[in-house]
Amino acid sequence: MNADATADAGDETPFRVMPAVTVDNEHFWRGGAEGELRILRCARCAYWIHPPAPICPECLGRDVSPEAVSGEATVLSYTVNHQLWYPNLDPPYAVAIVQLPEQADLRLTTNIVNCEPSEVDFDMTVKVTFLEYPDSRGNVWLPMFEPAGEKDEGPGS
Amino acid sequence: MNATPPPEVGERRAVITGVGQSNVGRRIYEDPLAMTIDATLEAVEHAGLSLADIDGISTYPGNMNTPPGFSGVGVVELQDALRLELDWFSGGLELPGQLGAVANAVAAVSTGLANNVVCFRTVWEASAQGDKGRASVTMGGGGGTYRAQGFLQWTLPFGAASAANWIAMMANLHFHNHGTTREQLAWIALNARRNAQLNPKAIYTDEMTLDDYMSVRMISEPLCLYDCDVPADGSTAIVVSRAESAEGRSRAPVRIEAVGTALRGRPSWDQFDDLTTMALRDASAMMWERTDLTPGDVDVAELYDGFSFITLAWLEALGFCAHGEGGQFIDGGERIAREACGSSGGVALNTHGGQLSAGRLHGFGFLHEACLQLWGEAGERQCRRPDGGTPEVGIAAAGGGPLASSFLLTS
Ligand SMILES: [Zn+2]
Repeated sequence: MNADATADAGDETPFRVMPAVTVDNEHFWRGGAEGELRILRCARCAYWIHPPAPICPECLGRDVSPEAVSGEATVLSYTVNHQLWYPNLDPPYAVAIVQLPEQADLRLTTNIVNCEPSEVDFDMTVKVTFLEYPDSRGNVWLPMFEPAGEKDEGPGS
Repeated sequence: MNATPPPEVGERRAVITGVGQSNVGRRIYEDPLAMTIDATLEAVEHAGLSLADIDGISTYPGNMNTPPGFSGVGVVELQDALRLELDWFSGGLELPGQLGAVANAVAAVSTGLANNVVCFRTVWEASAQGDKGRASVTMGGGGGTYRAQGFLQWTLPFGAASAANWIAMMANLHFHNHGTTREQLAWIALNARRNAQLNPKAIYTDEMTLDDYMSVRMISEPLCLYDCDVPADGSTAIVVSRAESAEGRSRAPVRIEAVGTALRGRPSWDQFDDLTTMALRDASAMMWERTDLTPGDVDVAELYDGFSFITLAWLEALGFCAHGEGGQFIDGGERIAREACGSSGGVALNTHGGQLSAGRLHGFGFLHEACLQLWGEAGERQCRRPDGGTPEVGIAAAGGGPLASSFLLTS
């Protein structure tokens, strides 16, 4: 997988299925344009809601809006995929479910990038890095995660 | 999660009176409706009924715009082809697993909306994939104008294209938390292959060794090719009837002791509270809440194996072993072999070869096999209790991730 692929990567850009971006999920898929991983949050009880929903399941509040999280995470589980599913999205690559520190049940499926797939491990500390991906209906910033070992050496995006 | 049994176990008003199955195979290029008709006519005759007795149809997923071969025949097509006169019907994808279509029929029969319901599942994925690549397992991999919605938007952009990836993360976590190994998981596949050798309709019947399993190519770690079921063509039909109407037939019906369909927690492949259990944990809990029988009473268990790890998770969820101990339970294969039928501490598992070797009939093959075993009609692969008798208690269960239902059956 080419983790550095961008909109101008041309024919080498691996095929990825893009999300259908709507007003309800745009904060998540385009927050990366400003370098932020954004998750819906309840104004009344501060509960984070993912995937996005029009109501807070904790307090049934309807006042929910996106907010940036830290971008830190730990690897809850992962798999190294060896099957070629899509053109140029060359295996092996690591798919992971990462746990965000903001809330016990706040997690995302993602890729672990900028390290060998074989180096991914349980409870590994990672940080978000955005992969801007070309899409005819407007670019999408895929939140990927990379090892957080060099935490102090610069911004994650 | 009820602590006490519900006042009435209404599913006992319904029974299974007949089963049928079309030809099954890889790329047999038979018309899906023709296969469905074959299965239906066989099941109706097997039940001792005529088409005039059939007043209900229930199917999963119905005729809808899904990847090639996943769907293809709906209620209306079968109704029209056979000119059935229906009081009730149901078809759809959003059910507690594939056998949710049967749970619907049980509910309809138990409430008097229908007397005899044909439940069916028709797949022609082998033929469809033969023509069009692996699109049916990559869910929208055709490219172009497709944009992922719902749950798929959270996985497909990351190349997590298949349930193989999602289940692999569950399996990997089970390995990490509980010390489960590939050598242990292999026994799901090895047991299935051994049983398939006795099933004339099975797709893969060549001998498989542990070395074969360990050396085959990886799909998504820790799942290898032999952990993934094999796309098939075929149709399976089950007749669910009102219990009173089935009295006095030449073949005693298979009785439905309890059904589990629960959907609790967060129903998603990546948000479920404990990724090593899945929704089948809650379907199993509900089923056992509705009966006095226990896992120790079960002779045969036909448990979904779209991926081998799902079967391990079903074994744990159903209480054949504790959560986390599935690897040890299946290790060596003795406790899941056909010889374990009726034994204490074991159960005959996937006696027809499961989807791993007999083909992905997508849930319905398991219920079909459980019924044949309880009727003593499973031919060369018929299991025997230690006393020589036919199995008396069986489980058929289907689904993985957020989808699951289970049936506790008695002869
Ligand atoms: Zn709230």
